[in-house]
Amino acid sequence: MTGPFHPPRPTAFVNARVIDPESGYDGPGALVVENGLIADVARAPQIEAGSHELELIDCGGAVLAPGLVDLRVKTGEPGAETKETLKSAARAAAAGGVTSIVLQPDTDPCIDEPAMVDFVLRRARDIGLVHVYPAGAATKDLKGGEMAEIGLMHEAGALYVTDADRPIVDSRVLRRVMTYAKGFDTLVAHRPADPHLTAGAAATEGEFAGRMGIPSGPAVAERVMLERDLAIAELTGARLLVDQITTRDALDSLSRAKLKSLEVFASASINHLSFNELDIGDYRTFYKLNPPLRPEDDRQALIEALGNGLVDVIVSAHAPAPAEDKRLPYDEAAPGAVGLETLLAALVTLHHAEGLALVDLLAKVTVAPANLMGLKAGRIAAGAPADLVLFDPDAPVVIDADQLISKSKNSPFDGRRLQGRVLRTVVAGRTVFEAP
Amino acid sequence: MDSGADIESSISGRVFPFPHRHLLGIAGLTRPDAEALLDLADALVAVNRQKEKKLGLLRGRTQVNLFFEASTRTQSSFELAGKRLGADVVNMSPRTSSMTKGETLIDTAVTLNAMKPDLLVVRHSSSGAAALLSQKVSCSVINAGDGQHEHPTQALLDALSLRRAFGAVAGLTVAICGDVLHSRVARSNVALLQLLGAHVRLVGPPTLMPSSADRWGVEVFHDMRRGVEGADVVMMLRLQLERMSGAFIPSVREYFRFYGLDREKLALAAPGVRVMHPGPMNRGVEIESGIADDPQISLIQDQVEMGVAVRMAILASLARRLENAA
Repeated sequence: MTGPFHPPRPTAFVNARVIDPESGYDGPGALVVENGLIADVARAPQIEAGSHELELIDCGGAVLAPGLVDLRVKTGEPGAETKETLKSAARAAAAGGVTSIVLQPDTDPCIDEPAMVDFVLRRARDIGLVHVYPAGAATKDLKGGEMAEIGLMHEAGALYVTDADRPIVDSRVLRRVMTYAKGFDTLVAHRPADPHLTAGAAATEGEFAGRMGIPSGPAVAERVMLERDLAIAELTGARLLVDQITTRDALDSLSRAKLKSLEVFASASINHLSFNELDIGDYRTFYKLNPPLRPEDDRQALIEALGNGLVDVIVSAHAPAPAEDKRLPYDEAAPGAVGLETLLAALVTLHHAEGLALVDLLAKVTVAPANLMGLKAGRIAAGAPADLVLFDPDAPVVIDADQLISKSKNSPFDGRRLQGRVLRTVVAGRTVFEAP
Repeated sequence: MDSGADIESSISGRVFPFPHRHLLGIAGLTRPDAEALLDLADALVAVNRQKEKKLGLLRGRTQVNLFFEASTRTQSSFELAGKRLGADVVNMSPRTSSMTKGETLIDTAVTLNAMKPDLLVVRHSSSGAAALLSQKVSCSVINAGDGQHEHPTQALLDALSLRRAFGAVAGLTVAICGDVLHSRVARSNVALLQLLGAHVRLVGPPTLMPSSADRWGVEVFHDMRRGVEGADVVMMLRLQLERMSGAFIPSVREYFRFYGLDREKLALAAPGVRVMHPGPMNRGVEIESGIADDPQISLIQDQVEMGVAVRMAILASLARRLENAA
């Protein structure tokens, strides 16, 4: 295998089904990769290339698409390396066809100043598998009080600011964060959840949680906070990313804001698109998530929102939790699920199950997040980075959590039958994963 | 009077093949399961009333009572039940175990399991804790209360008390009153009473009622007078002290005014109404003392007595299912 610092030989990928979500093209294609970039693209199975040194990869009709860009990934580094290290997360991403990940700042210590941004970027460079970018904290120590060094972190390479799972309760603080971030054209991501309404909650209030006796919070807690966030986004003119929208109610609020042409965007996690609260069943803690799983009607609303553009981005919401944090009574167990390795297969399964076009679904994990972050990745075009995933969209896979690369095995897809198998992952022209 | 051996063989003949390995909740039981358990418990009441109370059905068996939440009456009821059936009973509570040293529930279970108990009685403050334990041990698990989820033996002893007082549970109108939201007793009772054919009403302030209670197949009342009107049974729930001042209800006196059981409200119930309470009672908060102590009305002492018989019935039935059963 070629080392990270030696540019690989020019390569031609031929006989592929190329899907380019930027142009909407889905059809036969071939491309040439040189110096880490896509040099040329043909909408035909073969491509003419001048170089004799060309390495030829026959895709055998499999889908060749831009590598996935995942805007919401947690690792345990620094601070909780037993859960996940940057290296194990990068390897998991590569195995899942994810070529760019954006880390959440809620590490220990948290990423709330430029030296931490730099630390993560340097660690990632040493690992050299996939592109790793940090998001910076919006407030110091994620406490929701004083503003963090948003400008310096932006300059150091942080892609956006967020307090991750912690909503900023003080509206004045959020207003100043948004106002200030706008000066650097930095996106602010915020979790819409009223922390008082959801205090102590481990599930969504309703028939299921009531019957099971699980402490629960009302779904409207999401809309309550979102309405405020949208109002402040309108007031400040800042760019807002609604972090993991999950309810029909909140989607209605979002659609009204989008009508006003506010610069608001929303992400949905693959988990909330794939499961509903009934999957919790007999207190299965791998389905304990934050935000919690919702009733089926909300999941349907999310699926609709993919089609009508209300949801811009799909994230894995990768959140490793080791067995000791999950093998506990439901209300004591840690929330979250790993998802880097299963994101693509789960998406392809959604395509098969819900009848959504593959190219449209892929756009939510490639060109849309890339554009939101100002990255050149996420498209198949001459001059774009050669970050690619080759996958078989029809191959059945059974997820076995114990086989996952992530150090934590908390996958809600464990034992599930999905469709879509990653054959090869390419980052900057170099193969970083190849299916055995 | 029968000799001890005769009673033992007659009881042993009534121990039916219980089709479950654990008793985790009422959900999952069928009406025949429940009726058979109640029949057996009914027969055991007589045993508990004679001088020689000891049977040998669980001789050689080990029963561990693992109580992560303090409990006097449930724990002693299970302890007596086990001992009267001849089991060796060990009580464990979090103060004496390693839970406080960071050992997890599952570690504790695995450790206990290695000591080869046959029956594990568990109470824990988290919903689903008993179900979690049952996945990790090889003995039978009996849920003695898990968080806000279920308390199946309480519902069974309530049903036995009702059956003995009224002859049958089917057709009775039962008003369950108070803090339904946090009550595992209410959840198990709703399930069992419905299974046995009773009409169930839930009565309480809206802040202490699950938002989806109207979808449980019950009638929901926030006006207690209307809720107990014509009821055959008024089942009061305990109000936890920490929920009294300001958080869910404004004050104790306001609660008693609207949701405490007094003679005035009780007069609206059906003639011959009986009052129940799972205990321990907050006299003057949810129930007037005079009502609780009135033997014409109160079934509260019966409930405690039935508790031992019901738990004996469950222990004996589950023991029959153990892999190493004779």
